[in-house]
Amino acid sequence: MSIIYLLLGCSLLMAIIFLVAFIWSVRSGQMDDDYTPSVRILFDDIENKNDSENEDKKTEEKT
Amino acid sequence: MGETLSARKIKCYHCGDDCESFPIQHDGHSFCCMGCKSVYDILSQNNLCDYYNLESNPGIAIKNPVSKTKFNYLDDEQVLKKLIDFADDQIQKTTLFIPVMHCSSCIWLLENLYKLEKGIIQSRVNFLKKTVSITFKTQDTSLRKIVELLTALGYEPAINLNDIESQVKKSVNRKLSYQIGVAGFCFGNIMLLSFPEYFGLDEFTQHGFSKLFGYLNFILALPVFFFSAQDYFKNAYKGLRKNHISIDVPLALGILVLFLRSAVEVVSRTGIGYFDTMAGLVFFLLIGKWFQQKTFDTLSFERDYKSYFPVAVGVVINGKETTVPVSNLKIGDRILIRNNELIPADSILMNGDAHIDFSFVTGESAPVSKVCGEMIYAGGRQSGQTIELEVCKKVSQSYLTQLWNSEHFAKQNESKIQTFQQTVSRYFTIALIIIATGSAAFWLVVDPSLSINAFTSVLIIACPCALALSSPFALGTAMRILGRNKFYVKSPEVVEQIAKSQIIVFDKTGTITQPSESEIRFIGEDMTNEMKQNIVSLARNSVHPLSKKIVSFLNENIRIPISDFHEETGKGLHGKINGNEILLGSSSFVFNKNESTDEADLTTKVYVKVNNMIKGYFIFEHAYRKGLGDLIKNLKTNFDLYLLSGDNESERNKIHSIFGDHSKIFFKQSPLEKLKFIEDLQKQNKKVMMIGDGLNDAGALKASDLGISVSENTSHFSPASDVIMDASVFELTDKFITFSKDTTKVIRMSFVISLIYNFIGLSFAVQGNLSPLIAAVLMPLSSVSVIVFTTVATTLFSKKEKLK
Repeated sequence: MSIIYLLLGCSLLMAIIFLVAFIWSVRSGQMDDDYTPSVRILFDDIENKNDSENEDKKTEEKT
Repeated sequence: MGETLSARKIKCYHCGDDCESFPIQHDGHSFCCMGCKSVYDILSQNNLCDYYNLESNPGIAIKNPVSKTKFNYLDDEQVLKKLIDFADDQIQKTTLFIPVMHCSSCIWLLENLYKLEKGIIQSRVNFLKKTVSITFKTQDTSLRKIVELLTALGYEPAINLNDIESQVKKSVNRKLSYQIGVAGFCFGNIMLLSFPEYFGLDEFTQHGFSKLFGYLNFILALPVFFFSAQDYFKNAYKGLRKNHISIDVPLALGILVLFLRSAVEVVSRTGIGYFDTMAGLVFFLLIGKWFQQKTFDTLSFERDYKSYFPVAVGVVINGKETTVPVSNLKIGDRILIRNNELIPADSILMNGDAHIDFSFVTGESAPVSKVCGEMIYAGGRQSGQTIELEVCKKVSQSYLTQLWNSEHFAKQNESKIQTFQQTVSRYFTIALIIIATGSAAFWLVVDPSLSINAFTSVLIIACPCALALSSPFALGTAMRILGRNKFYVKSPEVVEQIAKSQIIVFDKTGTITQPSESEIRFIGEDMTNEMKQNIVSLARNSVHPLSKKIVSFLNENIRIPISDFHEETGKGLHGKINGNEILLGSSSFVFNKNESTDEADLTTKVYVKVNNMIKGYFIFEHAYRKGLGDLIKNLKTNFDLYLLSGDNESERNKIHSIFGDHSKIFFKQSPLEKLKFIEDLQKQNKKVMMIGDGLNDAGALKASDLGISVSENTSHFSPASDVIMDASVFELTDKFITFSKDTTKVIRMSFVISLIYNFIGLSFAVQGNLSPLIAAVLMPLSSVSVIVFTTVATTLFSKKEKLK
């Protein structure tokens, strides 16, 4: 049953890592605004789409 | 005519406004004005047309062009220092508040500012706070350039006196988040480590794990006790020192006893203690606190005049105009006020035609004309040409700002609100201590070894966790529901305060009337089409608000050339159309001196005279808000209603028809009289709710037990108050009040539920045989069931009132 000691250590260590991650995320302000990132994440797609469209046009022009 | 017009209505590609009769065609799109077109040009030149794809017509129309000198003050070192968050040799950071931000297109454009101004390194939007944080290179650009760019795009940042004068930058308080994180972490782990004991695992393994688990629990409980729970001890101590027993006292007592007894049990190896109960208790309590802490970030409930005053104003010194911060204005300074600028201090008009819009102060939007030598109070907004004024009182001593010097604004009114929870917790704590000592005394006689056990058990099990959670969750839920319905309350306690109100005092202008709209009627001869067209053509030439209202009222889409046009500002218009002489204006303008008007008139009228014949007049009356009649009828049965108006009595009869013949209506009330009136009502021991809007109500709103300010645009203006209500939901006021009352009922019911749990627990505790397992089951069970009950019941009540 001494394996329990190892398991205990691992589980506590894991939990502490998550706690530290949480504290870091709060400290860096990730919890301050819970709306804008949800909108922002969609923007990249639009930009990429346009970029690729532009590239398509460019290649068309070249040919 | 009107129907065909509306069918052909063309929306502006940029701002979505109606393009009216002359849309500007450009690049395949229609625009309503040059302002919108120029913004489109800027964006299309920089490949930013995605702005129009994210949302349709996302733009903001630039209705009032901003003068070039407006942001002169941003070159001032002193001012800059206050606005820049961070600066080194290379870069600077600033955060600007942009109230017009409203959609994802706005976010997108504001985060792509770097494509428009190369000095900008990065811009980040916080949509909830409506702010944008901009990092820029000092060398390549300046704050002024950025602000001017934003203004050119329609996103004018709101920079006001408060930003400059406030000393402390707001720091975000994240302590509660840390406390919850730590408590949650410890709670989870302690639960896991306690299970073996509950299931009797140790008997099988014989390894003495229980000792190890006990000590681990002890270590994990330390951060909960010393960090997560510390505010409860602090608040309980603070309260006791003021002889005030709040709910924090039994909570702190419970946590303390839980911790000490568990520590003793673990160290003496008589058990594993109640650490899981303690960690869970603290965790749930903190969640409740967090739930209650929801605030409406973009709204400020503590605004005073400083939040609305400009930062700087143009001052003429030795014949030259320089920009001077408002706080440095001295008596005798000559200031220049341009179109749409606010007058910052009481001053005397020296030069120019003043048409002052006092809607900021009184809610009355029709401009008042002033002549040279007249005194103009601070807070008025000039419309028209630039005027020159001489300051005669300092900003802080103006008529308007004096309201803030009254005692109401000095005293802290925290203790004003006595919540139901506070009342109950006092009796609860006393009862708790009596039961605990009683059972201890009983066991001291019967079996002394169980005495301490029984005493601590009572304090543990009766720890009013569920009791402490019912208020935050009921009120927090109510607050969110009200917020969804555009009725924003300052703090959860306010919901209880609404329910207690007995008297409702209304302001008139801007509160029960709609400031932007007035009812127009034409009284006189039937108007021919030709006459309508003539009047419209004449009125189109004037920027006076009454002329504009007449144009939109007559809805004629035509422009006939006029000869011989002249406008006497504030009096009327004169012109010749097809040989007919037409006069449009006030009675003194239209009537000859020998033809006197019939009566001393209190209403606003515009007369029409064609070829020396009076054809009739337009009458302007305040338009009352939609649903006012029904609202008053519903409220009348339960409340004493009063109406205080700063206006004259011209609409007395109309108001009586709405409020009833015996209603209590008072006219010509000054801001201080309103404040006094509220105080007199309070002296009769009545709870007074005041509903107002302008700064002239600020004193009354603050003095009342509950101040509600009605705002046409919640991101713009509202005086300090407990509630900010969007004007569009004014007719629902009675529903909000009923809902608040229902919410307090929910709290009462959940108190009963939590007391039942306490009695069950106590029946175990007084016998001295409270096992950790029972405590560990009872505590989360009672907490969770109370949380579920309050949120569900509150939501159901909101459905009953048909709220969103």
